[in-house]
Amino acid sequence: MADMTLTLKIWRQKDRKSPGKFVSYTVENVSEHMSFLEMMDVLNEQLIKKGEDVVEFDNDCREGICGMCSLVINGRPHGQEHGTATCQLHMRKFNDGDIIVIEPWRAAAFPVLKDLTVDRTAFDRIIEAGGYTSINAGGAADSSAILVPKSDAEEAMDAASCIGCGACVAACPNASASLFTAAKISQFALLPQGQTERKRRAANMVAQMDAEGFGDCSNHAECEAVCPKEISITHIARMKREYFKAMVFDE
Amino acid sequence: MPALPTSLWSSVARKALMALTGLALIGFLIVHLLGNLILLSGNADAFNLYSNIYASMGSFLYVIEAGLVAFFLIHIVSGITVALGKMKARPVSYKKVANAGGPSRKTVSSVTMIYTGVLLLVFLVFHVVSLKYGAHYDTTIGGEKMRDLYKLVVENFQQPYIVAGYVIIMTLLGFHLRHGFWSAFQSLGALQPRFSNMIYIIGVFIAIILAIGFLFVPIWIFLNS
Ligand code: HEM
Ligand code: SF4
Ligand code: FES
Repeated sequence: MADMTLTLKIWRQKDRKSPGKFVSYTVENVSEHMSFLEMMDVLNEQLIKKGEDVVEFDNDCREGICGMCSLVINGRPHGQEHGTATCQLHMRKFNDGDIIVIEPWRAAAFPVLKDLTVDRTAFDRIIEAGGYTSINAGGAADSSAILVPKSDAEEAMDAASCIGCGACVAACPNASASLFTAAKISQFALLPQGQTERKRRAANMVAQMDAEGFGDCSNHAECEAVCPKEISITHIARMKREYFKAMVFDE
Repeated sequence: MPALPTSLWSSVARKALMALTGLALIGFLIVHLLGNLILLSGNADAFNLYSNIYASMGSFLYVIEAGLVAFFLIHIVSGITVALGKMKARPVSYKKVANAGGPSRKTVSSVTMIYTGVLLLVFLVFHVVSLKYGAHYDTTIGGEKMRDLYKLVVENFQQPYIVAGYVIIMTLLGFHLRHGFWSAFQSLGALQPRFSNMIYIIGVFIAIILAIGFLFVPIWIFLNS
């Protein structure tokens, strides 16, 4: 397939306080083998040559593991592909002449820093509220000393695969952080090491999630559909059960 | 040990309240529909005797009514809180919004819950004012004097615009319950992937049965009187 020419409508915003607006760009010579972020690199090279300000976007690993990349592409966080992050989206999914609207994650709790980058430290504060286990490390324990059923281990691993990208918040019509918070509560609730602080963790993390100004969960399940790790809303159901236990019982 | 910072008005507990009250209201609607089916017999005495059971409950009826009002209030206040919170949580909306498909349950039903809910509330006021507090006719059955509610109901449903209104609102109720029934189980943390689809399908059936049941009665009376 020949190289593509695309029209990009990109949200440009100078800093946190300035009002932003959409600006249209044309990018030529986009190869179908490029990733979406490489296509953005091509655009930025063009802008640098013209002496213009580059479009800021977050990225790091570019292989779907760090959770830095974001972008709402034609109305879908991480683009139309299921189970991939923006950095894993390839240009062969687009056609020559396409118009692509690119927006930042939109949530009061994720303020725009510049252009397409947002401040996701609200997630860090939710983790600080309880997304850990307190273990006084001694010698490494024998791996077979604590037995974990395989199904629990697998489900905990599914939850732990959350990369903290925030696409769940971006996709949620209410900008709820339930899927992220639930994944982090769930991964510990399923494992023996997470039991000691179990109730306190659920209570504190939900309280922090609410304090950050995320919306409520209306069970649209859009989060699961856009999550690059395909984390199931069954973890949200578990978060609720954990929270109810924390409401009823003492630690 | 300091108490855990849980609250009945946290995002999680609030939705559980909404789910419990919503499910209770569905239970109320099922009983209500069964009662309405007596109207289809066209037997005025049978319906009046049935409605007289409630009227003769005395103060116990007030207890039931107070409970019902409380459930509605909790449901409505928490519903409005969710809707307002959503606007606060996303002050700048997207230029382009697409449905992600796949496992998503986002539908016209799920994104219009607050609109169908508010319209149900408006209807509810009209419904109670026009029937419960409507014209009081008397009838005597087996020597006992009681309210002729049947006459009032038939009078109401002889008006085409009232029948049309019921048909529209009951269709909206169907949409509310299509997402609501399944959603309530998820809000209560009761769903597992292996029966999530089954609960959703049961919810769709309940929505259709309640909507058709409630809109059929006015149409039937309109056509048969
Ligand atoms: C006939 C009566 C009604 C029934 C049977 C009913 C039932 C339900 C059920 C089962 C749910 C799901 C709860 C959950 O997601 O956990 C729900 C949600 C909802 N209801 Fe109702 N409802 C009724 C009336 C109303 C009214 C009068 C309002 C007025 C504002 C309302 C507003 C809402 C809203 C906004 C939601 C969605 C909450 C969310 O998005 O998270 N409902 N309803
Ligand atoms: S749950 Fe999925 S979408 Fe949400 S932050 Fe984690 S990886 Fe990203
Ligand atoms: S850049 Fe690391 S996940 Fe996309």
